[in-house]
Amino acid sequence: MGLVQYVGKRLGIYLAVILIGLSITFLLPRFMPASPIEAYISQMQSRANGTITPEAIEQMRANLEQLYGLKGDLLTQYLNYMSRVLLRFDFGPSMSFYPQTVSTMILGALPWTLSLLLVSTVLAWLLGNLVGLVAGYFHTKRSASVLEFVGILLYPIPYYILAVSLILLLAYVIPIFPLSPTFPAGQMNLTKFGMVIYNSLLPAMTIVLAGFGWNILSMKALAVAATEEPYVTYARLKGTSNVTRMFSYVFRNAMLPQATALALSLGTVFNGAILTEILFSYPGIGLIMRTAAGAGDYNVLYGAIAISIIAVATAGLVIDLIYPLLDPRIRHR
Amino acid sequence: MTATTVSEPAGTARSASRDSWAWLINTRLAVGFVIVSIFTLGAFILPLFAPADPSVQSTYMKNMPLTAAHLLGTNSLGQDIFWLLVFSIRNSLILGGIVAVGVTIISTIVGLSAGFIGGNFEWFVMLVVDTFITIPLLPLLIMLGALIRANQAFLVLAIIIFGWAWAARTVRSMALSLREREFINMARFSGANTIQILAREIFPYVTAYMLVNFINTMLFAINTEATLAVIGVSRVEIPTLGSIVFWALNYNALFTGNYVWIIAPIVATIALFLGLFLLSTGFNQAFANRRGVL
Repeated sequence: MGLVQYVGKRLGIYLAVILIGLSITFLLPRFMPASPIEAYISQMQSRANGTITPEAIEQMRANLEQLYGLKGDLLTQYLNYMSRVLLRFDFGPSMSFYPQTVSTMILGALPWTLSLLLVSTVLAWLLGNLVGLVAGYFHTKRSASVLEFVGILLYPIPYYILAVSLILLLAYVIPIFPLSPTFPAGQMNLTKFGMVIYNSLLPAMTIVLAGFGWNILSMKALAVAATEEPYVTYARLKGTSNVTRMFSYVFRNAMLPQATALALSLGTVFNGAILTEILFSYPGIGLIMRTAAGAGDYNVLYGAIAISIIAVATAGLVIDLIYPLLDPRIRHR
Repeated sequence: MTATTVSEPAGTARSASRDSWAWLINTRLAVGFVIVSIFTLGAFILPLFAPADPSVQSTYMKNMPLTAAHLLGTNSLGQDIFWLLVFSIRNSLILGGIVAVGVTIISTIVGLSAGFIGGNFEWFVMLVVDTFITIPLLPLLIMLGALIRANQAFLVLAIIIFGWAWAARTVRSMALSLREREFINMARFSGANTIQILAREIFPYVTAYMLVNFINTMLFAINTEATLAVIGVSRVEIPTLGSIVFWALNYNALFTGNYVWIIAPIVATIALFLGLFLLSTGFNQAFANRRGVL
């Protein structure tokens, strides 16, 4: 398999993931027992104390069906939905923040989510793999098993527990960080930027800790296997130092499956980021999603989900396209 | 499994106890087993002696301290925290168990068929599997939660539908390696028929993976439900490991000084998850040792 086939195959998978993912988001609400339109109408009705006339309701229903793209048979709806999302990036207006469009809301939140995710995921990957590498390379030493123990202890802890415990420890017991983070709106300047960083440290720490444990365990297992390869023995006999062997021989090879694993686990990482945002009121896509779900703002909810799927798939694609740079065997075949 | 036992050096402790269960024991498994047993027994036996349904609010006085009558005190809703916790663990374990049964069935069928049939079928199945792994689950569940809030059965179904992919991937890679293994050819050349091979050679292999997958899926399911509960998009009136934290956060347990309300579920969750995780990796280690992989 040459480089061209590799990229082609990967692009194919990318398109398939987006297509299947968007189809699921299209189909799911249509197979639900509850209809968002009826829910919205009854919400309006109760707000108006039941004074809306049946004719007005009928008109409202027609308007909403138009707005949600629920006109016509399933196939027409599907094609309309796909072309709106993929070609025009149009999810209609928000219900709660009318007439703001969903895409501007999401595009405003996306940089927040992406920067938090990017920084913390890269950190978690680097730190976890470094600790795992040391634990695996020196796996015969007793002190190395302490490092693995940290991984075992951290990995199974659920995300929300990590987040709540961190708030408990670092914002309440030892009040280093703000208990309820504030994120300044409007034009960025240096003070505001510093404030954002300070307020983002706790959420970022949660994501790093969550990814840390898995990376330690996985890297440790890979490094143990790599350490016993003949080429490492050869390097030792050649007289290379421990550090060279660890990084250029063991890590160089063990990092490849870890890069693939990162691309595969992005969906899970993203789940974590959403949860973190909600628990820390961080103004990203997750918070928008939660607010929209609470207010019954389905346009925003669907838009945020569609964007999440596209974003996660794209991030996976980017990692997989970087992969040939890491693995010369794909480049030189 | 004859191939592995023959290659083993004679005189080791393991070959002596080949026919007993001793091969299964290792530290992780033992610790995990003890923790999970305590939780499971406690969660299923204790509710039989519960003085009152802990999910009912205002049963007792609010915010009572730790006493003999209320081992962990009561919360701001007038519920007994100890019993609330016991019921939460039970409900979470039941949910995890049901999801794990569903996921194990689906993933075993999908993974084995993909691994053994191969070709275009495998390619297509793996495309679907990778798609399901890539799609972020939480947004979809938040949407479902917003649409149909009060339906626990539906939530279970949704977690099964979106949770089978990881397990299917492991089963398929196991099937791939199994396809190439010598001992199956060995058995075939020794005159075993397909049923015998399936029952005596393949099934022991598959069960090991299924068991480990089962526990991992339980972890995943309990975690997913709890996550939804914590952010308030599942049915939070039902006590689960997540909803108990949801109420504690919502009623600002920290500021009212009711630390036990929030710390007790955190400690219980960490212990339970650690136990399940150790159990799963312990099994993995034991089976790997037995297969002679390690």
